[in-house]
Amino acid sequence: MKDRIACLGYGALTPLGQTARQTYEAVRKGESALGLLPQGSPLGQDAVVSLFEDRSVLDNLSFFDTIGIKAASQAIEASGIDPSSPRVSFILSTIKGNIEALGSEESDYSIAESAARIASYFHNPNPPLVVSNACISGLAALLQGRRMLLSGRCDYAVVIGAEVQSRFIISGFQSLKAVSASPCKPFDDSRDGLNLGEASAAIVLGRSEEGWEIADGAVRNDAYHISSPSRTGEGSYKVLRYVLDSIDVKDLAFVNVHGTATLFNDEMEAVALDRAGLGDIPINSLKGFLGHTMGAAGVIESILSILSCEDGVVLPTRGFSEIGVSRHVNISSEERPCEGRAFIKLMSGFGGVNGALLFRKGGRV
Amino acid sequence: MRVIRTVNIPSGTDLVALYREQMEEYPKFFKMDILCKLGFLGTELLLKSDPDRFVPREDRAVLTFSRFGCECDDRHYSGTIDDYPSPALFVYTLPNIVSGEIAIRNRYEGETAAFIIEKYDFERIRSIVGDVFQDRKTGSAIVAWIDCRTETEWECQVSLVEK
Repeated sequence: MKDRIACLGYGALTPLGQTARQTYEAVRKGESALGLLPQGSPLGQDAVVSLFEDRSVLDNLSFFDTIGIKAASQAIEASGIDPSSPRVSFILSTIKGNIEALGSEESDYSIAESAARIASYFHNPNPPLVVSNACISGLAALLQGRRMLLSGRCDYAVVIGAEVQSRFIISGFQSLKAVSASPCKPFDDSRDGLNLGEASAAIVLGRSEEGWEIADGAVRNDAYHISSPSRTGEGSYKVLRYVLDSIDVKDLAFVNVHGTATLFNDEMEAVALDRAGLGDIPINSLKGFLGHTMGAAGVIESILSILSCEDGVVLPTRGFSEIGVSRHVNISSEERPCEGRAFIKLMSGFGGVNGALLFRKGGRV
Repeated sequence: MRVIRTVNIPSGTDLVALYREQMEEYPKFFKMDILCKLGFLGTELLLKSDPDRFVPREDRAVLTFSRFGCECDDRHYSGTIDDYPSPALFVYTLPNIVSGEIAIRNRYEGETAAFIIEKYDFERIRSIVGDVFQDRKTGSAIVAWIDCRTETEWECQVSLVEK
């Protein structure tokens, strides 16, 4: 079973909780961190977002580095690994890193240097890798961690996804008319855009016969447009088809989709799911709880999906009420029971990228 | 893994002149940030003699590596925020857009990715590309080191690599 790459420990810091478990419990209670930017906020206006209240930092570190370290510390402690070992690799997923420091004299905003500071905090001797693949970054980083383990170059990978919100990011998504001024409504008929969020989450990967396995994964490009998804869901369909080589549809508990609540994303995902024969499998989007946490999304949403599948439930799609996509999808605003021992995490992003990971529970089937 | 061929675009090259000399009209070129222009032109030079270009294919990946990511465009976009935030600039503040532009131009429906590493390291890039070749369908890749410190100081090396 040396090729079984599993999740050995989780960590998270989100506006809903100080740990992955706390965040999960808050989601189960139906709590959401989404709120309108207050009048006069330096981050902008007319946007619903999910932000940390506590912005305290570790000594001499930026808030971005701090939340990355805090989530990683939890995951490392839970897994029991020694992060200073040369057999451990650090992978950071982020889109804009410490961009809020752009133009500041005191701190730098280089993503490469943030990653180096995070790895050196744990006395890790290896150069860290940053995966910055738009909105699928977290998923792509987990896939890269799996591949590095399969190649035998390391024994453990600490995969960290983190994003801090800033005027830079919020104004940018607003300029693209992608941001909603109300809590997002994934797959809903009246959906009108996404909510940006900040979060940090980490997973330690290693070879193990126990625990949740990352059983398969793929990334594909639409080769269509840099900021609009393919109308035929081409790349999304291709990644679903790829991971379905490794599982029977009947064994799937659910597909945790991207579900950003933009008109085009959700419609595209519905088309891709339908084409892949997954129209009847329960799906959910978690954006109504934490917003779109960008580089953190793939990691935190994978963790929340693992914890919910462990408890035999499909988390609700908060904000959804009336179906607003052209294909049949099995979605609900209520929590639902599920029985399968596996799920797919699906994402898409700018640059035409799409990714899917297949997670499977360990132990006897 | 085999490097089939490699092209370099020397720092400070007049990219518009290179574009006019090397290819037919592709108006989107003028909208691109420096990172995309370099990756795009590098790939054009690399593939111009390929007989079977522009046929959709899923078996070729596009993988870019850099230290600075899209810091040049970050500064450009940032300068527009107070006045009128430019969506055309914002979209290029993602380091993976260049791999998307190359995929669109060449109809590559395979894996695309952007990696940030602290410095150019051939062996390290080779290992990561080897990881991507674990994909069951990927048989070749466009691999680029494109690093722009400023709009006139860069390193740009684009290779075609086979599994």
